[in-house]
Amino acid sequence: MSDVYVMGVDMIKFGRFPDRTVPQIGAEAALLALDDAGLTIHDMQAFYCGNLGQANAMVGQRILQEIGQTGIAVVNCANACATGATAFREAWMSIKAGVYDCVLAVGVEQMGKGLLGGAGGGAGIPKEGLLGSGTMPSVFAEAGMEHARNHGTTFEQFAKVSVKNHHHSTLNAKAMYQIETPLETVMNAEMISYPNTKLMCSVNVDGSAAAVLVSEKKAKELGMQRAVRVKASVLASDPYTDRDLVMPDVNAVTRIAAQQAYEMAGVAATDIDLVELHDCFATAEILHYENLSLCADGEAGRMIDEGEVALGGRVPVNVSGGLLSKGHPLGATGIANIYEVCTHLRGEAGKRQVEGARLGLTHVIGLGSACGIHILEKVA
Amino acid sequence: MSEQSKQQGPLPVVPYLKGADTNDPYLEGLECGACRAIFLGDRSTCSKCGARDQLSPKRLGNRGKLYSYSIVYRSFPGIDVPYISAIVDLEDGATLKGNLIDIEPDPANLEFDMPVEVVFADALGRKDKDGNQYLSYFFRPLN
Repeated sequence: MSDVYVMGVDMIKFGRFPDRTVPQIGAEAALLALDDAGLTIHDMQAFYCGNLGQANAMVGQRILQEIGQTGIAVVNCANACATGATAFREAWMSIKAGVYDCVLAVGVEQMGKGLLGGAGGGAGIPKEGLLGSGTMPSVFAEAGMEHARNHGTTFEQFAKVSVKNHHHSTLNAKAMYQIETPLETVMNAEMISYPNTKLMCSVNVDGSAAAVLVSEKKAKELGMQRAVRVKASVLASDPYTDRDLVMPDVNAVTRIAAQQAYEMAGVAATDIDLVELHDCFATAEILHYENLSLCADGEAGRMIDEGEVALGGRVPVNVSGGLLSKGHPLGATGIANIYEVCTHLRGEAGKRQVEGARLGLTHVIGLGSACGIHILEKVA
Repeated sequence: MSEQSKQQGPLPVVPYLKGADTNDPYLEGLECGACRAIFLGDRSTCSKCGARDQLSPKRLGNRGKLYSYSIVYRSFPGIDVPYISAIVDLEDGATLKGNLIDIEPDPANLEFDMPVEVVFADALGRKDKDGNQYLSYFFRPLN
């Protein structure tokens, strides 16, 4: 089977674009990625489109109606917050299978403001605030408090994640925000669901990201100078665990995916130079240091305290600013984090460059649950 | 709804709350005869071991321990905050989410594994479009 390479990849600056349509927002990233690859829509043999909000509305085809209707296969994907990673992985798989040599993947989302989630729909009466809470800040607060229960993790340690990621975003012009948020600012911000304050919740933004994936044969034809090798592409669903149906278990699903990804790539967690992981809430990031084996179980609090996950540390995490400050357009996130890692592997990340980066890992969680992990490697 | 069919007692907030219109309401799980996993709500196949048609009703006890929680300060319009959203492990193996009441919502008051009991009460005055009342379950600190 051919190795698969990212030949072009880009994202738009995340923001709020209420006057634009989802296909328009997606088309912009698609064109950027095609330009980055030095290719056009006429070179694409298939198109994998990730979007959640209009999952039944043929967003992929409508993007082609913006940039070129060439008659190629279009697959529209939805997989909660793993949507973008799923579209990218479908594109990867089509090349692995030998069906295509050159395909496009786009993730795009237009978001409203405010709380996502909520407990129990169905018949009868609303359950939110009656049978606990199903809002995303609460669900991930409960997951964080499970870590506090097991390892004594503190509110302050969770808050430090947000300080770090907001700091990183000051170095990323494509992030929604570039604002330093000191620890006291994070901890004193409006409490949404303890222990997550407002500044510990990801930002709802509009955005898009896109990638052109090619086979080894095509990559050699085009030139390998800026190509990035996809060393592993894994998607997992939540296995049965005791509380998963009541309290979504984002740990077990990540551990399954991580183990498979390291095995597929033939690398160890200690070989990874940078990580973009799913910090939908500050509490979530802490869990994933351990789930991705960046440290031993129970060490995550120490990692954030000692700066090991900050730019310049042992394994920088979310140098893009993460979902907490770069923003989280649900369907775009899984390709935006691939853009970030590729940018470092190409040595093009400017002030936030992770020096000497050769191997990077991206991780997303779609609650309900899906986990997508990609391991990417510098070629030239 | 006609006068004749109007409810006598409250309706259950979830299908696994049984006996809502009696003086002995309780929670009912489905236990897998093959692997003993316990589920809430109707199903025919066990998602732990995959066994089919081996799930049987099991009356759940009212005692458990606080496994995890969040204190909710921002919710949707019309919902009283703050409140404690609690994950509770019941003694017989089931896990439930619900409001933990009769305790100040402050992390200083909440200890992991603190004993709680399941209590049944009106669903905070919430009614459906037909005006029906509902019985809900809540958690309360034991002692």
